[in-house]
Amino acid sequence: MLKLRDGIIELYKKVATSIPSDVEEALKTAYSNETEPLAKESLNVILQNIKIARTTSRPICQDTGFPVFYVKVPKGLSHQLIRDAIMDATRIATNKIPLRPNAVDVITEKNTGDNVGDHFPFVYTEETEEQTLIVDLMLKGGGCENLGQTYKLPAVLTFGDKEAIAERDFNGVRKCILDAVFRAQGRGCPPYTIGIAIGGAKDQVAFLSKRQLMRRIPDIHPDAAIAELENKILNDINSLSIGTAGLGGRTTAIGIKIATAHRHPASYFVDISFSCWANRRGRLIW
Amino acid sequence: MLGKQKGKADMVEKSAVSSQQSASKRINTPLAEDIVMSLRIGDMVLVNGLIVTGRDKVHKFLAHERPDKKDIPFELHGGIIYHCGPIIKKVDDAYKLIAAGPTTSMRVEMYEADVIKTYGIRGIIGKGGMGNKTLDAMKEYGCVYLHTISGAAAYLADRIKNVRDGWKIEEFGAPEAMWLLEVEDFPAIVTMDARGNSLHREVENISLEKLRQISQNE
Repeated sequence: MLKLRDGIIELYKKVATSIPSDVEEALKTAYSNETEPLAKESLNVILQNIKIARTTSRPICQDTGFPVFYVKVPKGLSHQLIRDAIMDATRIATNKIPLRPNAVDVITEKNTGDNVGDHFPFVYTEETEEQTLIVDLMLKGGGCENLGQTYKLPAVLTFGDKEAIAERDFNGVRKCILDAVFRAQGRGCPPYTIGIAIGGAKDQVAFLSKRQLMRRIPDIHPDAAIAELENKILNDINSLSIGTAGLGGRTTAIGIKIATAHRHPASYFVDISFSCWANRRGRLIW
Repeated sequence: MLGKQKGKADMVEKSAVSSQQSASKRINTPLAEDIVMSLRIGDMVLVNGLIVTGRDKVHKFLAHERPDKKDIPFELHGGIIYHCGPIIKKVDDAYKLIAAGPTTSMRVEMYEADVIKTYGIRGIIGKGGMGNKTLDAMKEYGCVYLHTISGAAAYLADRIKNVRDGWKIEEFGAPEAMWLLEVEDFPAIVTMDARGNSLHREVENISLEKLRQISQNE
C-alpha cells in the first residue's frame, strides 16, 4: 500500500496547490464579464493568486480544508487498507506540502497537528465493478462549509420584513436556495459553486449536496427539468448582485449542481452545500 | 492593483482600478486616530508595519478572560487584528509563512466590539464584513474594517515580510494562535469606516431588494 499512499500524497499536493481547469476558466469568464471595479479587481487578484500558487507549489488558500474522500474500490480490495493509506498519506502531506492542521478535538479543544482525528479526514468508500481504484479528493474550506443550509418544505422564509412561502415544488426549492445565498452574502468567498440535493432524509441530502461539488462546471444534468432548474437558479443568484468577494458584482455563483433522491411522503428536504471560488477537487486513478 | 504589482505579463489585463493604484493610501501601524477618521468606504489602502492575527479562539479568550495588556506580549493599542489562520512552518528556530489569507470575520461579531474597546484596536482586516454591533463600536472608538481578498493566500503571503513571534501556539494550535506579522504594502479595501458606513450593508440591502423581486416570479 506504500505506492497508493504516495499517490494520495501527490493527490493532496495537486488539489491544495492548483484548481481544476474548468473552475479557472469560469473565473476568467467572470473576470471578462465583470463591470464593477472592486469585483473585477478581486477577480484579478484571485487569478493572479491561482498562478502564484501553481508556480510556487504553495496552497491556494491557507485553509487547506476538511479533506473528504470518495473512493470507488474494485471487488476484493480491502476498504480498511485504503482508509489506512489515506490516514498515513494525510499525516505526511500535512508536513510535506505543508497543509494547515485543521483537525480539532472537540473534547480537549486541541489541534491534533497532523490533520488526522475522529472521522477526519472523512472517507466514503463504495464497491465498483471496474478493475481500477478511483480516489476522489475534495479539500473543503471551512468558511463556505459554514454557509450550508437544510430546509424542510413547506417552509416560511423571511426576506427582510416580508414572508415568502416555499412549497413542495421546484419554485419552493428555488426560493430556499436564494434565501441561503442571500444569507451567505460574501462570507464564504464567492463566486460560489453550489451543490443542492432534494430528497427525503437528512443524511441522504447532506451527502448528495456536497458530492455535487465534485461535478465539473460544464457538466449538464441528464434530466432536462433539473438542467433547466440549475440554469434558472444560477441566473437568479447572479441577479442578486452580491458579486465576487461580496462587494457587489455580476457573478455570485459559477455553477449550480442539483441531485435528487426519492423521498418519503412526509418529507421534502432541500440541502445546500457551498464551495468557495477555490473549489479544490481532484482524482487519482490507481 | 490592490497592491504592488510584481509580475508584468499577467494573464489578465489591468482592470480599471489598476490604473488608480496611485490612489491607494499607504497607512502605517500603529494607526493614528486622524488617519482612521480620514478613511472612507471604497478607499484602497496598503498596510505597512506590524499587525497581529486573531481568530475564533483569540477573540473568545480576549473577550472572556480580558488578559491584562502587560500579559499580552504584543502591543495591541492602535493596532490591527487580522482575522487569519495562516500556514506557518517552523524551520530551525524561525517561523516560515507559507499562506495567509483572511478568514470569515462574522464569526467573531459577538466579541469584536469588546475587543476594540478594551484593547484600543484601530483596524480589523478580514473578509465578508461584520455586523452592526462592531460597526457601532468602530464609530464610537475610531476603528476601520479592511476587507482583503478571500482565498488569495499565496498572493497575500508575499506581502508579509516576516513572522516576528507567536503567542498561544501550543494552547490554541498554530492556525488559531496570535502571530505578530510584519507587512509591507498589504492590500485591502475599506468596507466599514469609523463614521458608521458599511459597504457590506449596502450590498446586502441591494440584494434583499432583488431577492424580493425575483422571488415573486414563478
